[in-house]
Parts: sequence; structure tokens; C-alpha cells
Amino acid sequence: MSLFSFAKTEFRNLFSKPVTRLYPQEPRIYPERTRGHIENDMNACILCGLCSRKCPTGAIRVDRKEKSWAISRFSCIQCGCCVESCPKKCLSMKQAYTQPGAEKKTDVFTKPEAESKNAS
Amino acid sequence: MAETKLVAVDVQNLLEEATKLKSGGYRLVQMCSTRVKDGNELTYSFGKGYDLLHLRFTVGDSTQVESISHIFPPAYFYENEIHDLFGVPIEFMTVDFKGNLYRTAEKTPFKGGDSQ
Amino acid sequence: MSTRSVVPFGPHHPVLPEPLHLDLVLEDEKVVEAIPSIGFVHRGLEKLVEKKDFNEFVYVAERICGICSFMHGMSYCEAVEHIMGVEIPPRAKYLRTIWCEMSRIHSHLLWLGLLADAFGFESLFMQSWRMREKILDMFETSTGGRVIFSVNKIGGQRKDMDNSMIRSFLDIFAGMEKDLKELTGTFLNDGAVRSRLDGVGVLTEQQARDFGAVGPFLRASGVQYDMRTTGYAAYGDIDLEPITSNIGDSYARTVVRVKEIFQSIDIIRQAAAKIPEGDFAVPVKGFPKGEYMMRVEQPRGEACYYVKANGTKFLDRFRVRTPTFANIPPMLETLKGSQLADVPILILTIDPCISCTER
Repeated sequence: MSLFSFAKTEFRNLFSKPVTRLYPQEPRIYPERTRGHIENDMNACILCGLCSRKCPTGAIRVDRKEKSWAISRFSCIQCGCCVESCPKKCLSMKQAYTQPGAEKKTDVFTKPEAESKNAS
Repeated sequence: MAETKLVAVDVQNLLEEATKLKSGGYRLVQMCSTRVKDGNELTYSFGKGYDLLHLRFTVGDSTQVESISHIFPPAYFYENEIHDLFGVPIEFMTVDFKGNLYRTAEKTPFKGGDSQ
Repeated sequence: MSTRSVVPFGPHHPVLPEPLHLDLVLEDEKVVEAIPSIGFVHRGLEKLVEKKDFNEFVYVAERICGICSFMHGMSYCEAVEHIMGVEIPPRAKYLRTIWCEMSRIHSHLLWLGLLADAFGFESLFMQSWRMREKILDMFETSTGGRVIFSVNKIGGQRKDMDNSMIRSFLDIFAGMEKDLKELTGTFLNDGAVRSRLDGVGVLTEQQARDFGAVGPFLRASGVQYDMRTTGYAAYGDIDLEPITSNIGDSYARTVVRVKEIFQSIDIIRQAAAKIPEGDFAVPVKGFPKGEYMMRVEQPRGEACYYVKANGTKFLDRFRVRTPTFANIPPMLETLKGSQLADVPILILTIDPCISCTER
């Protein structure tokens, strides 16, 4: 049993750099695998709808008539299931997290017109 | 390696079986209920060392089940859980929360699953 | 006989971030009886299994708890794999073992921090959590998540750790070990800390057996019982001896957990040395039919996962018996006869996780 067992740590902490970062000024560097948010490359997307069927929370909605792909950012749990199942590999997991917001928002992406004309 | 045995018992012999296990040096591992048609399938698991022994019996919706909490003290917690979530009527628990262990908005939420 | 009074403890209490309510019956300052009451955060996750595809349920299973999320997901997968008769590749088994042990270190460090906070040693709390941060960073590097990893799937793992990554983790652990020795030295030897832990809340071996204690709480009372020795995942190939103590008080529980941190680092080293090359997942086809009870050793103790499948994509029943659920009755036993001021520490020494208890 000792009385000053923590003194060494305490002293070192007085003279060492803080372990925390000065956050907004010093941005966080994410590791490569961080599951932040999903992005879709609409040019490559064929709107097959596999991602929306695979999504465990039903966050993705694909509308073929409107040629749109929508994701509810606040329902998404960043599991990466859609990225794995995407046949065209147009979905990708990006590092930065979804920004907090006052409302639950849905991001809608539509397939570029020119591209679809070329394809058809 | 751990061994697992499943023993089917009758609800009337439950206390007798539990007393035997207690004197055999078993401890209570877990108690669980599974909804089956018009009733519940109860599994009481006991452990001795790393071995596992399940007592399995099926009860109808209104069959009274006698508590084993006098034999295995921690059983009252599991029994209250089964009572609250599945609505299995369990008698003579050492501590009876009378349906208030889980504060669910709907009483016995796990019971109505198969009828819907 | 002095008059008795009832003091409510919780559901919101400064030392306990989670909602556990106790009615403490006091005689002066001494607790004579404690009546628990839970159910503030019941989410009905077990019921959800009837509405979710069994493959998708992995994501629900790992959200049962934020601390042992990896083990919840893994045990669910192992239970379903047992039913379906799927043999996962050895590399996946080793990956599971490594991630399990990292979770254990992270959980024990979190607990040490909370303990320090409970007896008012703020800077010790921050030191513990600073160390834990390194583990979380390693998790983020390897799995992409800090709390929810989403690396388990039925049939193996979804992500692999390459050998250079494992080696870099070993280097971090080697550096951490020195800091950990210094940190845990304070927990184990400091006079102020020991005066709060020594002889507080003794649970005898007989009581521990009778009331069904599990995990470090049980092992601190001198019972050698650790589910890891049954050899799930890759534990069968790993040399480990359950850590026990014979004293049974709060100090003994601290000692057991501190030693387990070092044991976990040792297990990770062993696993890293033995990990075979190869695939880390096998494709799984068909639906499960049958039942299985999977038992694993979580940081808090033995957890049981009962899965009953009926041959469709929805399971009949998924039941989790978490370690805290089993530890509450023996914890109430240690409360009897203790001082009111020691109650928060006693509750903390079982490492309560109420969210997983209620699911």
C-alpha cells in the first residue's frame, strides 16, 4: 500500500502534451476503413434496387420511374451491407460522418439526364 | 468440453426434478420461454461445471407453474421476466413483482406474437 | 430495534449512467434489504427476431449492448452456424478471438474508469479512459467502427485484418502494457483506493454458487469458471487459465479484472502468432432449422444465447441471458449489511449493463 502511487503519472501529465485535439481547428484524420456515410455514383448506378432490398433498416429507396436513388441519412446504420451487395460497385463508404441536423433528412439523387439518353 | 443434455419433464414433477438437481450440485444458468401454439415452451437450464442440463416442458396459456425460487434463489428474477413478457402464471415466487419488473406499455408483449 | 427507512437509489444516479432502481431498506446507515427494479430501457429486441431476416438480425444482435457489441454479434452468428452445421474458416475463428479480447480490454478499462469515478478519483478515471481510447482507435482502424463493428456475419467475418495490421496492433499493445502497469499499480496499491475497496461487499464462494454469479464477480470469490476454456472461436488452441481470487471483496474483483486485461493482451499475442492464412468467410446457403444454446464468456461474465429456428428466414426465438441479469441477485446479497455510502461501489463492482439486461 502506498500513498503517492499516482504522483508519477500526475507529474508527467503536467509536462506532456495533451492527448486531446483542438477539434474544429485540427480536423480528425479518419482511418481508411471508417464507416462514415454512403455515397452513390449516379453515373454508374443502374437502379437495380438490390441495395434497398438488402438494407436492414430500409433506409434506401429506389424509384425507377423517377430515376432517383434516395437515402435517409438518419436511418442508415452504416453497416455497409449495400456496398457489399451492389452489383455495379457504384456505392461506396466514405469516411466523414453524417453531419448532425435539426431534422431527419433524406438525400435524393437523380440519374443525370444526358447519361441515361446515351444509355438508352 | 461442455456437454448438453435435454430432459423433458412434466410440469407437476418440476419441483421434484429441481430439488434433485439442487442436491446434485447444479446451479441455475438460465430460464427461458418460447411461444408455441396456445402455450409456452419453458426451458430451465442448469449447469454443473461446464456441463449443461435443460429441463423442458410445455404449458398451456392458463396452466399454473410453480416457482422454483425456493430451491434456486436467483430464479425469481427469471420467473418474473417470463411472467411479465409471456404472461405465464407462476405461483409462489419469493419476490413477486406482480407484472411490474418490465415497465412495458403493453402487458405481456411477447405473448400475442403468433396470433397476429 | 432502530427504525427502518427506505431510500430509493436510482434510476438516475451520478455514479451509474444506466437506469437501475433499488429500494434500499436501511437501519440507520446500514442496508438490510434491497429490492431491485428494472425495465426502464426494455426495447424488445428479442421479439424483433420474428420480423427480421436471420442474416440481418446480426445487426440487431450487436446493438444489444454498446460495450460487448462484438461478442453479441459473434455469439448470435456462432449459434446459427452451429444449427446450420457451417464450419467457418480457421482465420475467421482467430479474427473473432482477437476482436473478442480487444473488446474485453476495452470493457475492463471502461469499468476501471467508472470505478475510479465512483470513489471520486477523477484523474484516475481520465487515465483509464485515455488508455481505452487507443483500443477504440484500433477498432476503428480494423473494423471501421468504434462501438458497433458490423464485422460479423453468418459464415465468418466481413473484414479481414492483414498481418501488417495485426503486427502494428501488437506494437501498440507492447507500448500500452507499460502504461497499464503504472495505471493498475495505482488501483491495486494506492492507500486511498484500497480503503474504499478492501473488505467491502464480501461474497463467499457458497453464496456465489447459490445465487448464480458469473464472470469476474464469480471468479473473485474463488470459483474457477471461465467459458473461454470450453473453446469456442479459436480459444481451443489458446493457452489460458481462469484468473481467480479467494477474497471475494470489491478489491478482489478489481484484481481479477486488472489481471484479465494482461491475460487478454497475452491471448492476442498467442492468437497473432498462430493465425493461419486463408479465407475469412464461407458462403452460407439455406435456412436454419433446430435449436442451440451458445454460451460465451463476455467481459462481464457468461452469456447464454438461445436460438430456435424453424427452417424459414425468420427465427422462432432468440433469447439472450446477459451476465448482468445473472449478477443482480448475488449483488443484492452483497448489499445486505453494507453501508449506504458503499452501495454505489458495490453496484459497480458487478460491472452492470442494464441495457443488455433488459434488451
